[in-house]
Amino acid sequence: MPNIEETYDIVVVGAGHAGCEAALATARLGLKTILFTVSVDSIAMMPCNPNIGGSSKGHLVRELDALGGEMGKNIDKTFIQSKILNASKGPAVHSLRAQADKQAYSREMRRTLENTDNLVIRQAEVAEIVVEDGKLTGVKTVSGACYHCKAAVLATGTYLKARCIYGDVSSYTGPNGLQAANHLTDSLKAHGIEMYRFKTGTPARVDKRSIDFTKMEEQFGDERVIPFSFSTDPESVQKEQVSCWLTYTNERTHEIIRSNLERSPLFSGSIEGTGPRYCPSIEDKVVKFPDKDRHQVFIEPEGLDTNEMYLGGMSSSLPEDVQYAMYRTVPGLEQVQIVRNAYAIEYDCINSRQLRPSLEFKNIEGLFSGGQFNGSSGYEEAAVQGFMAGVNAALKILGREAVVLDRSEAYIGVLIDDLVTKENHEPYRMMTSRAEYRLLLRQDNADLRLREIGYRIGLVSETEYQKVLYKEAKIASEVQRLEHTNVGANAKVQAILERHGSTLLKTSATMAELIRRPELSYEALAEIDAEREELAEDIVQQININIKYEGYIRRQKQQVSQFKKMEKKKLDINMDYSQVGSLRREAVQKLNLYKPESIGQASRIAGVSPADLSVLMVYLEQQRQQKRQE
Amino acid sequence: MMKKDTIAAIATAMSDSGIGIVRISGEEAIGVADRIFRSKKGKKKLADVASHTVHYGMVYDGEEMIDEVLVLVLRGPHSYTAEDTVEIDCHGGVLVMKRILETVLRNGARAAEAGEFTKRAFLNGRMDLAQAEAVMNLIQAKNEYALQASVSQLRGTVSQKIRRLREEILYQIAYIESALDDPEHISLDGYAQTLLGVLEPMLEELKKMIDSADDGKIMTEGIRTVILGKPNAGKSSLMNVLVGEERAIVTEIAGTTRDTVEEQIRLRGMNLHIIDTAGIRDTEDIVEKIGVNKAREAAKDADLIIYVVDGSCALDDNDREIVKLIRDRKALVLLNKSDLAVVVSQEELEEMSGHKVLAISAKENLGIEKLEEAIAAMFYRGEIDFNQEIYITNARHKAALEESRQSLLMTKQSIEDGMPEDFFSIDLMNAYEQLGSIIGEALEDDLVNEIFQKFCMGK
Repeated sequence: MPNIEETYDIVVVGAGHAGCEAALATARLGLKTILFTVSVDSIAMMPCNPNIGGSSKGHLVRELDALGGEMGKNIDKTFIQSKILNASKGPAVHSLRAQADKQAYSREMRRTLENTDNLVIRQAEVAEIVVEDGKLTGVKTVSGACYHCKAAVLATGTYLKARCIYGDVSSYTGPNGLQAANHLTDSLKAHGIEMYRFKTGTPARVDKRSIDFTKMEEQFGDERVIPFSFSTDPESVQKEQVSCWLTYTNERTHEIIRSNLERSPLFSGSIEGTGPRYCPSIEDKVVKFPDKDRHQVFIEPEGLDTNEMYLGGMSSSLPEDVQYAMYRTVPGLEQVQIVRNAYAIEYDCINSRQLRPSLEFKNIEGLFSGGQFNGSSGYEEAAVQGFMAGVNAALKILGREAVVLDRSEAYIGVLIDDLVTKENHEPYRMMTSRAEYRLLLRQDNADLRLREIGYRIGLVSETEYQKVLYKEAKIASEVQRLEHTNVGANAKVQAILERHGSTLLKTSATMAELIRRPELSYEALAEIDAEREELAEDIVQQININIKYEGYIRRQKQQVSQFKKMEKKKLDINMDYSQVGSLRREAVQKLNLYKPESIGQASRIAGVSPADLSVLMVYLEQQRQQKRQE
Repeated sequence: MMKKDTIAAIATAMSDSGIGIVRISGEEAIGVADRIFRSKKGKKKLADVASHTVHYGMVYDGEEMIDEVLVLVLRGPHSYTAEDTVEIDCHGGVLVMKRILETVLRNGARAAEAGEFTKRAFLNGRMDLAQAEAVMNLIQAKNEYALQASVSQLRGTVSQKIRRLREEILYQIAYIESALDDPEHISLDGYAQTLLGVLEPMLEELKKMIDSADDGKIMTEGIRTVILGKPNAGKSSLMNVLVGEERAIVTEIAGTTRDTVEEQIRLRGMNLHIIDTAGIRDTEDIVEKIGVNKAREAAKDADLIIYVVDGSCALDDNDREIVKLIRDRKALVLLNKSDLAVVVSQEELEEMSGHKVLAISAKENLGIEKLEEAIAAMFYRGEIDFNQEIYITNARHKAALEESRQSLLMTKQSIEDGMPEDFFSIDLMNAYEQLGSIIGEALEDDLVNEIFQKFCMGK
C-alpha cells in the first residue's frame, strides 16, 4: 500500500503552548505549515496549574505579545481571575497572573489555529525525522506517511516516552492519560541528538462540592484588571471574577507523608528523571524543610463549567490511599473527593546545549525546537520558545537573518541564553533573579522594548507599531519637559507638598526633582503643572518610572553597553578551538562543545576564564588581519 | 564582568630603585588623571594639554598630597595601546607607587588584567601580526601568575572572613528573591529593618579590612616563601641569614621553632615574604604537632618552597614525607651544613626530590649568593614579573573591598530612601560579586541554588 506523501514549508510537532505559537508564527508569515498533535482535543491543553503568568512568567507573556504571539490575547479572552503580584514592590518585579478557564483557553486557541490561513492541523504521531546531508528534509509518522518540509519545529512537551507514576502504579502515557509518543526519541538519538530524562508532577483535582470553604481564606482578583496583551482594550477585561482559596497543611499531614515515604516512587528510586527544585512535591517539601510546620495550599478553580478544583502546592506521587489520607488532614478538605489523582510524569527531552541561540540544532540544519522538549518547564517558557523557534524557522526559509534576543533585551533572551549556554540538569524555570538587567526588562515596557522587533519580523501590524512609536515620543518629550520645568517655592506648591507629607521647598526645584521623591508622583503634581496635557495611563506610568528610578536605570544602561560590546564580537560556530594556541585545555574542551556565537556567550560558559577570552580576542584579530593581508 | 574600560597598573618593575611609573590607558585615562593631579599653580588641566607633553605637579588623594610627580600625556592613537594614555612618574618608592595606583583606581579606572596593556596594543593594531602568538602566551602566563599571587597573598583568616560575608549577603539576596518569586508564600514585611541590622556589622567589618589592608594584615606582599625541613636542619639559621638579624630562635635542640615565624625581605628588587616553619617529623609533643601542621598548611599556599636538608645526617622517612609536599611545586632544595662532613650527596638528593639542589652553609654564609640568583631566575622570566602581579593584585583586592563596601552603603541608602526591596538585591549582588573576585570565586548559579536550598518555594 502506498504511503501518503505531502509537502509543506514547515512541520510543527506538538500542539501545546510551544507548538501553537510556532505554527501561528510560521503560518502568519505566509509559510505553508502543518501542525501535528497526538490528539486534536488536547490543543493548548493546560495539564498542570490553571493559570498563566506569575512572577517573571508574566514578563514572558507580555514580551511574547509585544512580538506578535498569541498567548496574551488568548488568556485575556479566557481568564476568570486576574491579579498583579508584587504590586507593593518595584516596577521591575510587578507580575500579572491570571487564572484560566482551562477548557475555554484550549478551545479559544484551537479556534484561532483553525481560522489561520496556511495552517493545517493533523492528528498523528510523528515517529521519525528525515535528514539528508545534515539538513532536515521531512518527518514520518507512525503510519509511514512522509511529510516533506524545509524546516521543522519540535515541541513534543512531556510526551516523549512519557510515563506517569503514583505509588506503585505506572503507565506509559502522556499527561491526563493521553497517548505518549514512543518512537521519536530513537530517531533523534540515531541522528546524534543527546537526550535527557526529566520529571515533573501535578497535584490532585478534587470536586468543589466536597470542599468546606468556610475553613479557608478567600483570595480575590484585583478590582481593576490589566490585560496581558498590549492590543486588548482594557475595558473589555473588566468582568466578574471567581475566587481562589487558601488553606494550609499541618503536622498531621506531614506525619502521614513521613510514615509513607517508602511507598513513594521518588524515594524508592523507581523514578529516575530529574525533577525541578522550585516546584517540589509535597513529600519533597516535608523532607527538605522539616522545620516548617505548615505549607500553603491554594485551591484554584479549573474553569467555570466544571466542579474540578486544583490543589496548588500539593503535587505528589504517593499512592492513592495516602493521597486521600493526607489531603483529608487539610482544613476544609476533610471530606474531599478526588476526581483525578496527583501523579509524577517522566519524559525525554534534549540537552539544550545542542541548540544555537536561534533554537536551531547545531548539527541538523533546519531542525528547530522549543518548550519542555528543550528542558524548560511552564506554559509561558514553552510558548516563548515555540514562538522564537517558529519565527527563526520561517526566517531561515525566507532567507532572512535569525532573530536572537539578548539578555539585555528580554527575559526571552535570558531564558534561551541560559538554556543554550549553561549546563541544565533540571526543568528550567524563569525567575526575575536570573535577569541581570531586570530594571530595564519590565513587564510594563515590553511593548517599548520589542514591538519594533515584532514589526520587523512581520507579526505586528502597522497600526500597533505606530501606536508604540507615538507612545515612545510622548514619554520622551514629557520627561524632557518635566526635567526643565521649574517650580517656585510658592504657597500653592508648599500646600501640595504639605498635603503629601513631603519636605517644603526652600528654593525652586524642577518638576522631575519633585516626582523623584518617594511620596510624590506625576499625578500628585497635576494642580501645579498647568502646561500638562492629558496623557494615557500607560504613558503616565512610564514617565513616573523613568523619572523616579532614573539613577538605577542609568547604571543598568551603562552595564548593558559594556555587555553589548562583548555580544557584538562574533565567533564562527565552525571554529576548532584546539587550533588556538595558549587556550587552557578545559577552555578548548568547553568551547568545542558549546561552539558559542559570540565572545559574550563564550564568557558565560563555565570553565572559560577571562584570560581565555583575552587570548581568543587576540586570536580573532590575528585571523582578521591575516585574511586582510591575503 | 568588565565594568570600567579605563585600566591602570604599575608599569615598571617594583623596586626601591627610585622612579616608578603608574600607567593609565583608555577613554577616561586623562579624566582620571585630572581628578588626582594638581599642577604647580593648580590651574592646568591635563584635558587641555597637547599630546606627548610632560607636566610637573602633585598627586592628591582627596586633600592629602601623596607625591610630587611628572605626568606624561599621550593621546591615542599615538601611544603603546593606541588609546589615550597617562603615565605618572613618581619617585617615592614602592609604597608611594602603590598609593598612587590605589588612588587612580578609586577615581574611575580599574586594575588592569594580566597582560591587558599588551592585549590592547595588539587589538588596536599597534603590534605586528607575527607577535600574536607571543601575546597570547603572555596573557595566559601572566594570568597564571596573577592567580597564583592572588591565592597566596590572602591570609587564611581573611578568606574565611570574606566567605562568611558572602554567605550572609547571598542569604539576604536569596531571601528577597524568593519572596519576589513567590510573594504569596514569603513576606517581606519589616524586612528592610532586619536587613539594616545585618548590614551594620558587615559594613564595620569591611571598614576594618580596608583600613588594615596596608599594614599587611590582609594581604602579604611578596613571594610567599616557605622554608621546610626536618628539625635542626638549619631553617632558622637560613632565615636569619636572609633577614640579616637573629629573628628566629636558633638552638641546637631539635624542634625549637614551634610556630611559624614570618618576615618580609627584599632580595634583588623582589619582595619575599618568608615563613620559617617548625621542622617536620613525627612528633608526640602537642605544641610541636600544631607547629608541624602549620608548616604543612603554609607549604600549601606557598609560591616558593625552600627545603633545607642537613647534609651531615642521612636521609630518612621524614625527608621522603617532605619530598611529597614539594613535588610539582616551585621549590629549591638546599644541602645545608656544607661546612661539616657531608653524608648526603647532591646527586642523590636531586634524584629523590626532582628539584635543583644547592649546597650552602647558612652558618658560614656560604652559597647564599647562588640561592639569591636561583630565586631571581625563577621569578623573573622574560616579561613576567611576579612581584608586579602581587602589587596589582593587592590593589585590585583593596579596590574590590572598597567597592563592596560602597555597594552595601548604597543598599543602606536605598532602605533609608524607602525604595522597594527588589532594589536592595541589585547592590547586594554587586557587593557579593566584588568579594567573590577577591577569593577568585565565579558567580555561576550561586543565587538560584541558595534560593532553592534555603527557601521552600511551592507551586
